[in-house]
Amino acid sequence: MARPLTAKFPIAVAGLLLGLFSVAGAGLVAVTHVATKDRIAHNERQALLDRLAVLVPAQQVTNDMATDRIQVSDPDRLGSDRTTVYRARAGDAPVAVILSPVVPDGYAGPMNLLVAVLRDGSLGGVRVVSHHETPGLGDKIEEAKSDWILGFAGKSLDNPSPAGWKVKRDGGEFDQFTGATVTPRAVVKAVKNALLYAREKGEALYAPADSVQARALGGSTG
Amino acid sequence: MAEVSYGKIVRDGLWHNNQALVALLGLCPLLAVTNTAINALGLGLATLSVLLLSNVTVSLIRNWVRPEIRLPVFVVVIAAFVTAVELVMKAYFHELHKVLGIFIALIVTNCVIIGRAEAFASRHGPALALFDGLMMGAGFALVLLVLGAIRELVGQGTLLAGAHMMFGGDADLTIRVFGDGDGFLLALLPPGAFIALGLLVAGKNLIDRRQAAAAAAARAAGVPVGQPG
Repeated sequence: MARPLTAKFPIAVAGLLLGLFSVAGAGLVAVTHVATKDRIAHNERQALLDRLAVLVPAQQVTNDMATDRIQVSDPDRLGSDRTTVYRARAGDAPVAVILSPVVPDGYAGPMNLLVAVLRDGSLGGVRVVSHHETPGLGDKIEEAKSDWILGFAGKSLDNPSPAGWKVKRDGGEFDQFTGATVTPRAVVKAVKNALLYAREKGEALYAPADSVQARALGGSTG
Repeated sequence: MAEVSYGKIVRDGLWHNNQALVALLGLCPLLAVTNTAINALGLGLATLSVLLLSNVTVSLIRNWVRPEIRLPVFVVVIAAFVTAVELVMKAYFHELHKVLGIFIALIVTNCVIIGRAEAFASRHGPALALFDGLMMGAGFALVLLVLGAIRELVGQGTLLAGAHMMFGGDADLTIRVFGDGDGFLLALLPPGAFIALGLLVAGKNLIDRRQAAAAAAARAAGVPVGQPG
């Protein structure tokens, strides 16, 4: 018999084999993806709900905060073009809005916050979702590293007054960290802006997602 | 190919050719995720799983892979398994996956895996390849765990903080050894990881040297020496 096919066309055979292995590899990934995607979606939803639940009096809340949300647009106050706002309700009564602003001027880049504003304008709480601040210095904004972020609960634009919404070094009433002023300064400013936004928009933030008011909040991009 | 004994694989994988302390491979994840023992254990086990799967697969296909394309094929195999492992972690160890972040995907670039595929799995049968993967992976994971424990202890004074991420729900095995969370910060940063790894390598070399000296002294005294290696 003549030379086998594999010897006569080595490159073609090699290419074919590589293609086959790639298909097999992609197939494995596809199968795993399908098998895990429901559980993954559930995990992500649960992680989000856990994060939101610490910021509002959870025993009152009856709606599903993860799905009862709208997109708003206010780059100046909320740090990005599109910001998600989650709503907490007890039956029909609004309880709180939870905004997810971006802190644009962190020491090592932007940070993501969750800011819960209760119906009376006071803060249910603030948490940092992600950041790149310096370990040991700026990372004290994390709840796990220090209690600083917990101090926002209960504050509002009357407590302290707007002039007091700065770090102590800038003449305000919020502590900074030894050796790290930029980070707390940026967070305090972002929380103040979020409070100003919430006060400005008021009840419109609780409007149903498909209503005219909610769409107006989303800006011209809807 | 020389026949390799299972015993040699164990000794090589765990000590004499330990991929982290001797071959010095896979240092990127080694240094980046060993800031706590649990993180290190998580990534160590993920790497071990991929190494096992990859070694067995490469060994099974070794007669069908033409030499010219063997490296791309190995990479495809490894990448497929890493993606699958990452999805499984996302589904069953969600918080740990978030903490380890990009370093799970970076297991693809871990030279331990493609190194063992090329050096061992492509030249031996599946049973040996499986065992080699197990031992090399265990050796690597053990170094990760020890390094993670040291850095966590020195850097934040705890051990096994975050155990719930691996063992579910309410497991809080955190052992607070000293202080209130503020340890020697350098230990939690990459330079501290390098230094700690260097100390581990030095420690292993010291032990080896002492063993060799003891064996040489025994030989000189005419005492029969035990099995070498």
